[in-house]
Order: sequence, then C-alpha cells, then structure tokens
Amino acid sequence: MTEKNGLAIEVNDLTVAYRDHPVLWDVDLEVPSGVLMAIVGPNGAGKSTLIKAMLGLVKPAAGRVIIHGKPYSEQRHLTAYVPQRGSVDWDFPTSVLDVVMMGTYGKLGWFRRPGRRERDVAMQALAQVGMEEFADRQISQLSGGQQQRVFLARALVQDAQVYLMDEPFQGVDAKTERAIVDVLQELRSQGRTVVVVHHDLETVREYFEWILLLNVQRIAGGPVEEEFTEENLRRTYGGRVPFLNTGGGAAGGSGVSSPELKSARSR
Amino acid sequence: MAIPLTELFTDYTLRTVALGAAALGTVSGSLGTFAVLRKQSLLGDAISHAALPGIALAFLLTGSKAPFVLVLGAAIAGWIGTLVVMAVVGATRIKEDSALGIVLSVFFGIGLVLLTYIQKLPNASQAGLDRFLFGQAATMLERDVIVIAGLGAVALLVTGLFWKEFKLLSFDRDFGATVGFPMRFVDVVLTSMLVISIVIGLQTVGVVLMSAMVVAPAAAARQWTDRTGGMFILAGIFGAVAGVSGAMVSSTAARLPTGPTIVLCMSAIVLLSLTIAPNRGLVWAWFRRQHARRALRVDAVLRDLEALAGQHATPGHGHPLATLEAMRVGHGNVSRSLGKLEERGFARRLPNGDWALTDRGAREAARLHESGNGGAA
Repeated sequence: MTEKNGLAIEVNDLTVAYRDHPVLWDVDLEVPSGVLMAIVGPNGAGKSTLIKAMLGLVKPAAGRVIIHGKPYSEQRHLTAYVPQRGSVDWDFPTSVLDVVMMGTYGKLGWFRRPGRRERDVAMQALAQVGMEEFADRQISQLSGGQQQRVFLARALVQDAQVYLMDEPFQGVDAKTERAIVDVLQELRSQGRTVVVVHHDLETVREYFEWILLLNVQRIAGGPVEEEFTEENLRRTYGGRVPFLNTGGGAAGGSGVSSPELKSARSR
Repeated sequence: MAIPLTELFTDYTLRTVALGAAALGTVSGSLGTFAVLRKQSLLGDAISHAALPGIALAFLLTGSKAPFVLVLGAAIAGWIGTLVVMAVVGATRIKEDSALGIVLSVFFGIGLVLLTYIQKLPNASQAGLDRFLFGQAATMLERDVIVIAGLGAVALLVTGLFWKEFKLLSFDRDFGATVGFPMRFVDVVLTSMLVISIVIGLQTVGVVLMSAMVVAPAAAARQWTDRTGGMFILAGIFGAVAGVSGAMVSSTAARLPTGPTIVLCMSAIVLLSLTIAPNRGLVWAWFRRQHARRALRVDAVLRDLEALAGQHATPGHGHPLATLEAMRVGHGNVSRSLGKLEERGFARRLPNGDWALTDRGAREAARLHESGNGGAA
C-alpha cells in the first residue's frame, strides 16, 4: 500500500460511542505530511476522544486509522502521544529525567532498562524544551507549564513522524507556550506532522496551517486560510464562539464585530 | 520488648517465626508500593478477604493442611476475586470501589460459612484453619517459611524483571499503551504478584488485617523518599521490621493474636513517618508554615511603615509602635517583626522609641509591590 498523496494521517468513518451515546460520529480526516494541525471545537465535541481513538486507547465502534499508509497498529513506532497533563498523578515518586526516559521504553522493548544512551537522548529532549536543569527534580515540584514541557520532551524522545498532542497549551505560562511553539515549528521543519487539540481560537492562525473543526461530527477541515471562517466556527460552536480573531481578515470576516460575538469575547 | 534478642538466634521456633515474618513483610510491603501508587489500596483488602473461601475449599477438596495446598487455594480464590471485580466494573455501572466492597464481603461471607462447616466435621485434622482469620505466627513451621520465601522470591524476581513496565503502568497507563506495551497483560502480571504477596502472609497475619501489610509500609515509605525504587526498598524494610517485631511479641506473650500485633507495630512506623519524615512530615510542614507566616507578617509591617511614610513629606519620620500595632490588630507580634526589620536594616528605632523606614527599607517595600507578594494589605 503506497502513501496516498503523502498523507500522514488518514481516518475513515471513525465512530465512537459510550453506551449508545455517540461521542464521535462518522469522522473522516486527512492530514498531509509535515503540517501543524489544530483540532478545535466546543467542550464535549470529542476532540480528545478523536486522538485517543486514533491511538487505540478508546475502542471505536467503527472506522479505521491509517498512519503513513498502514494501519496504526503497525505504525505505532512512528507515532507519539502527549496526553493532557492532568491525566497523571504528579505526586508520583519519580524524577523529571525518569519520566522523559519513558519515551525510550517503546524502542527498548520488554525488560531492558534504560542506560546511558537513553539518558543522553532524554537530556537532549529536556534541553530542547529548556528544562535540562530540572532533570533530577522530583516531578511534584514542577509548575503546570513545566509539567507540560516534560511531557513534550518525553514525546520528542520517541523521535516519531506523527505527534498527537492533547491540549498542550492548556493553562501554561507564556514561557512554556513559546517553548511549545518553538518545538512545533522545529518538528514541522523536519517534515513531521503534529496534531494538536487546541482551545485558543485567537492563536490558531498564528500557530497552525491546517485545521479540523469538530463537534461530534466533522464540521470542516483543511487549510486554515480556507476553513477557519466565521461561518464554520458558527456551525461548530453553535453561534457561541468563545473567541474570534478579528485581525488577519478571515474569509467572510465581515460579520466579526457583531454584538453577540463581542459580548462573547469579553466573557 | 521482653524477649532477649539473643534468643532470636538460639531458639529454633523463634528463629523460624522471625524468618517467615521477615520474608512476608518484605514481599507484601514492597509490592504494596504499586498498590498504593495506583490508588488500589482497597484491592489488597478484597484479595485477602476473597482468599478465605479458597483456603477452606482447598482443605475440603484435598483434606490436606500442607501450606502449599492452602496457599494455592488462597491464591486461586484471591485471583478469581479480582477477576470478578474487573468483570463487575466492565459489565455494569457499578464503580470500582463498590465492586471491591461487594466482592470482599461476599467472598468473605462464603469463607466464614465454609470455615464453620469445617469446624463441625468429625475429623480431628480440621483444627487450626481459623488461624487464617486473625493470623498466628507461633505455629509457623519450617515448611511454611520455605513456601513464603519461595513464592516471595518469585514475586520479587518477576517485579525486578517487569520493573520498567510496572512503573509505566502505575504512572501513565495510556502512554504505555501508545509505546506498544499490552498494558492489560502488564496489569494482570502485577496483580498476580500482588496476590502472591498477600496469600503468603495470610497464615501469619490473617485475612482480616493482611491489607494493612500491603498499604501501610508503602504509605510510610512514601514519606521518606521521592523515588519509586527507594519507596519499594524502604516499604520492604518497614514490612519486615513490623513483621518480625509483631511476630516476636505475639509468639512470646500468651494468646496475643499475631495479625493485630504486627499491624500495631506497623502503625507505629506509619505514625512516625507521617509526623517526622522530612519534607512530607506534619511536623516539618508545621515549621514551614510558621516560618512563612512570620515572613509574611514582617513584610506586612514593612508595608505599613511605607504607607505611613507616604503621609509625611520628610523621609525618616517616626511612627509610634501603637500606630503600627493598630494597623495589624490580631496579626501577631508587631515589635518582633520590627526587630526583624531592624536586623535587616529596613527599619530603625528613633531615640524617642518611634519607628521609621530606612532608605533600604523603602526600596525593599517597592520591590515587594513589584513582585506582588502578598497583594494589597
């Protein structure tokens, strides 16, 4: 099977349900290789579930996920996951370096312990996110932003082709946001593909060139310039758009200053 | 303790008991690290209670009281208990804690019924199975110690082998799955080792209190270390110390049940760890809080001085202590805070007893404002 048009990710008809209640409904997605893509949508839209279903962490009722031309189960080594930082217990008795080295466990395989080489790779990744001096810190001493950068470093260690990140920008400080953006751009310049669940509509244009608007179903998707429109946002958020980028001239951005949106923004 | 320590090495029975208790304490304590880190403390309780019918059935089916037979029965029943918990959680809307409670009580109930039935058998060999309820160390024989140490060694070896995988499972299961490990299988292996660590202690500690030997050493160890490996080793040591001292006390004093004695020894270790362990101990937390509170009070007085200085054109204008105290009613000792400020050169005492802000103090106050420390007073 050859890679269709250089697609990094291809999702067909993905449906996930919790007890008869559809969380994702018949979602299709095609992500070209080497783009930064944001998944946006309201709370409960199934953004995290989409990522988890792509990674096989949530069992879909239907659908398939193709990574670089082959089913995900065969391409696990090409894929790296950055979970929400709230998903683990940060009081766990371990060090920053230990957590980052977990990124090497997949390549190590069963029973082999990380050694000097793994340690070096982990230190490099920590340096990339500006955290090398925290290597020996107990993880409970980290701020939220630092936790996020540790998770990012752990994924970098995996040296993957496709990165799936669940809300890496959620509640982080400006320094961390900058560090993450730098890493994303570095990854793109290396031709890797990054998919990010994103909340902040104001920065979509600045950080990403590809987008998926999701609300249980796929509302729209494609290049940010074409699909990140007020019309599509309205359809995704049901009229209650939390933020909208007024600058940069969204296609059809004429109605942007409607009173309804203004009041929503000042919330 | 009333027993001379030398007896440990000369008295055969005591030595056997001490060896057995040390082995089971080490294994259950260290393996308990993962139960505690995974917030599965109740699982140990469910496994140990669920093991009781297994012990009774093993005896009924084989007529044997050989330690390996009974431990095997306990392990199988404990295992089935955890499977039932998983099945209930998976198939119904019952949450895990309720499922654990249900399995624990149902299995324990069946065990008690079987035990009562066994007691009434005309056969004389049935005597002594009830020691599995509250545990009895004095009856421990060499063959018991061999089973405990043998199975315990297997559990520790497997844990050493799966160390990285167990850690991954405990810290971030989803991530572990995405890097290619079958986490359900790892979970099954870890739970099996936990079952082993529990069933080997049942005869000595008893089903009722065995979970304390799983949870308490790890909880105490967490107070002293910030590394998983350190916690694992320390929990093993704590378990061994509690096991040996409890078993010694109970087998020398008349009619003292072993399980409760061991658990009391363990509780002493837990209590000590909760209070005096550096960083996480309550005593240190209290000292830190006091220190922080005092520092905040000093900062507050400094800000007051600055506010007062702002009302006067001349810098270095003095203010009576009473004024400052009025501004800080109920906020601790103002003259002590002033003394601290004087020590650091931020305030000085005028000849008439009034207090004034120094230039350095003014700069410090400005810095406090900038960093937003403590906000508006």
